[in-house]
Amino acid sequence: MIRALFTAFVVVFAMPAVASVDIQEVKTPGGLTAWLVEEPSIPFVAIEFRFPGGASLDAPGKRGATNLMMALIEEGTGDLDAQGFAAAREALAASYGFDAYDDAVSISARFLNENREEAVALLAQAIAAPSFDQSAIDRVRSQVVAVIEGDERDPNSIARRTFDEMAFGDHPYASAKEGTLDSIAGLTRDDLVAAHQAALTRDRVQIGVAGDISAEELGPLLDELLAGLPETGGALPEQASVTVEGGVTVVPYPTPQSVVLFGHDGIDRDDPDFFPAFIANQILGGAGLQSRLGEEIREKRGLTYGIGTFLADFDYADLILGQASTDNARMAETIELISAEWARIAQDGVTEDELMAAQTYLTGSYPLRFDGNGRIAGIMVGMQSAGLPIDYIATRNERVNAVTVEDIQRVASELFDAEGLRFVVVGEPDGLMPAN
Amino acid sequence: MTALLRTLSAALVVALPAQAAEVTSFELDNGMEVVVLEDHRAPAVTHMVWYRAGSADEDPGVSGIAHFTEHLLFKSTETLATGELSETVAANGGSDNAFTSFDYTAYFQRIAADRLELVMRMEADRMRNIRFIPEEIDTERLVILEERSQRTDNDPSALFGEQRRAAQYQNHRYGVPIIGWRHEMEELDGDDAQAFYDRFYWPNNAVLVVAGDVEPEAVRALAETYYGVIPANPDLTPRARPTEPPQLGERRITFADERVSQPYVLRTYLAPERNSGDQETAAALVMLSELLGGSSATSVLGQKLQFQAKTALYASAFYSPTSLDATTFGLVVVPAAGVSLEDAEAEMDRALAEFMVEGVDLAQLERIKFQIRASQIYAEDSVGSLARRYGSALTSGLTVEDVEAWPAVLDAVTPDDIMAAAELVFDRNKAVTGWLTRSVATEEVTQ
Repeated sequence: MIRALFTAFVVVFAMPAVASVDIQEVKTPGGLTAWLVEEPSIPFVAIEFRFPGGASLDAPGKRGATNLMMALIEEGTGDLDAQGFAAAREALAASYGFDAYDDAVSISARFLNENREEAVALLAQAIAAPSFDQSAIDRVRSQVVAVIEGDERDPNSIARRTFDEMAFGDHPYASAKEGTLDSIAGLTRDDLVAAHQAALTRDRVQIGVAGDISAEELGPLLDELLAGLPETGGALPEQASVTVEGGVTVVPYPTPQSVVLFGHDGIDRDDPDFFPAFIANQILGGAGLQSRLGEEIREKRGLTYGIGTFLADFDYADLILGQASTDNARMAETIELISAEWARIAQDGVTEDELMAAQTYLTGSYPLRFDGNGRIAGIMVGMQSAGLPIDYIATRNERVNAVTVEDIQRVASELFDAEGLRFVVVGEPDGLMPAN
Repeated sequence: MTALLRTLSAALVVALPAQAAEVTSFELDNGMEVVVLEDHRAPAVTHMVWYRAGSADEDPGVSGIAHFTEHLLFKSTETLATGELSETVAANGGSDNAFTSFDYTAYFQRIAADRLELVMRMEADRMRNIRFIPEEIDTERLVILEERSQRTDNDPSALFGEQRRAAQYQNHRYGVPIIGWRHEMEELDGDDAQAFYDRFYWPNNAVLVVAGDVEPEAVRALAETYYGVIPANPDLTPRARPTEPPQLGERRITFADERVSQPYVLRTYLAPERNSGDQETAAALVMLSELLGGSSATSVLGQKLQFQAKTALYASAFYSPTSLDATTFGLVVVPAAGVSLEDAEAEMDRALAEFMVEGVDLAQLERIKFQIRASQIYAEDSVGSLARRYGSALTSGLTVEDVEAWPAVLDAVTPDDIMAAAELVFDRNKAVTGWLTRSVATEEVTQ
């Protein structure tokens, strides 16, 4: 009785908080478009730039060039060597981030209002004219070598690499963005200059800004930051075809706990059925809410500390992926359970209760993610990269709530294919036979 | 350059917001401490309860019981079914979790601000009403063993760290891993959890931190309603832990594992921590770690070992100031290709000896101080991180006043303070030096 009263108390609630994020579109005098959230309460600004293409733009035989190039932007420009550049940045208490991903390269910046001009001028020079000094190239290359060698002995990286090789044929996605020891050994300064010109171009850039700055101030600032970049780049990468087939691959590795990566082709973000698929994944293996896989594999049987699935939407391929780890003796049982859950959601869809729990969780948690200037800038760039409209935030929860169990039944039966599910296990699993 | 820096920092002092997140603290009648951090930018709240109970408060023989108890607090109470707390939080759009450290265990929810009462009611419920059910304990023990496999046994670096700590702390429980030693974890049972819970889970051993879109008076009223009615434990004893005996000789370990990709040398010195009203030495050590290893391109170790001698792929220093008992100051060097661990360590010691002679680079110190001042502005962007800062300090022997004084204490550190702290700490007779190396697999030896 006490229990029932208590439940009634918690279930009757007002509508969740609404995300009050007011995004302005800013057109700069130089022709760039940015999304801005003005947040005047703290005197700093966070900026996120995303340049589509990324490491997948590596020229033939130059795998790893884009990644190495991005790591070198902070290693000197003009009169400043790597140490001089770092000292100048630290003196301003600004932070700059330069990252390469399969689909894009990104530049993140955070700087104080009181020295904004200096922080912007320093970053602009680095973006436009990194020195690519030979001693910096050699030093940073040796760091990338360590990353490649580390990945060769990391069970999760081995699993990912093995899966990608099976899934993506001759598309760049099949290989690591860092390149191979051979490919990066051969990279020259000219290769890095070429990668810089190809990856960082003004025509495709997506920009998100949050902080204490007005639209009028922002325009010229963005023009200054990207002034030295080429207007256009080369062709973007080709669509990848996902070639993975069902079965189990075992990569022997001497470690007490096996890791498993599993997946097959997924669904595009633009697909009209994306939201039913997204919610189905949430119920099967999503984070933040007890999922079917979490319940069956962790809660009921203690087989793992963590299991999850996610829709991996790359720009040129879509996967649904999952991962887990379990002691070698129990991997075979874990895989059986995952396969069974995969088949069950395809066959039976989800219940009304499961759908409602997922909808209340997803709609309620959505406003909580707009947590800080840096995150908001990143989310806005993510929205642009997914092709979402500027007013998307206000409509997103309606789209979640519009999904019905019938929608999920229809979409899940197409999306989840237990027969086509490929498991890549790295470890020394007992009694688990590779099966093609 | 220095003149320019001075101008900038003077300007910054003027520009500093008068503590954008308003901090209010008070104590309930039963001794529970409360800290409220206001941030009205978004209609969300972070609600945390921190217990002054970490793995270093465990009795010998039950390592991991603090962390296991944390897992079991997501099971049932008299009014909540197993998993219902998390499900309820999720159904209201929130997220929840918990974490265990050497000095504390903390539980938190992040949720829309108008749901604060809901999460507080449930959190207060499990402070005294959890039920340890044998079948659930058997399953959850498997989960923590899998967690140990994932975090530690599958990661040679983590195993190496565990061995180093065990060598560093020979009498204090900081030498025992938080997750526990496997052979003891396998034996943990409901009685062990009940004993730990009954000893530590009381309002007079807890700190409530509420951060976000809330008013302090409203938080006080709710806290009195839900936590204030729980009686204090009059038998709660002070946290008196064994201290380390004098270390009379250098300790060294070599840990070899065939899964190691990148060997490295890591040395930790036993070092003083922040103490209430006495944070100056710790502040000097923070500055020392920043000077030696804060940034690859501008720090002493980075410049000397990565840029000049080129014997290191990476070199850094680290120090954890917030700790109830004696902490460590660490140095790490990853050798460049072709450089042995022996040579890498010798170069590290050479760089350290040079620093002791050369002293503090004033321009570098000024840059570090400016960045620390600026970090106060950036920190205002994440009220959740501020909440953690208060929670960890208040469960590590510090007070709200200590937390608020800390930036000024850091700013007041002089070059002489830093060199005195370095003299105090850099004694190899108080250190553990560890080498992580790759062992050759047996098959390869026989081939």
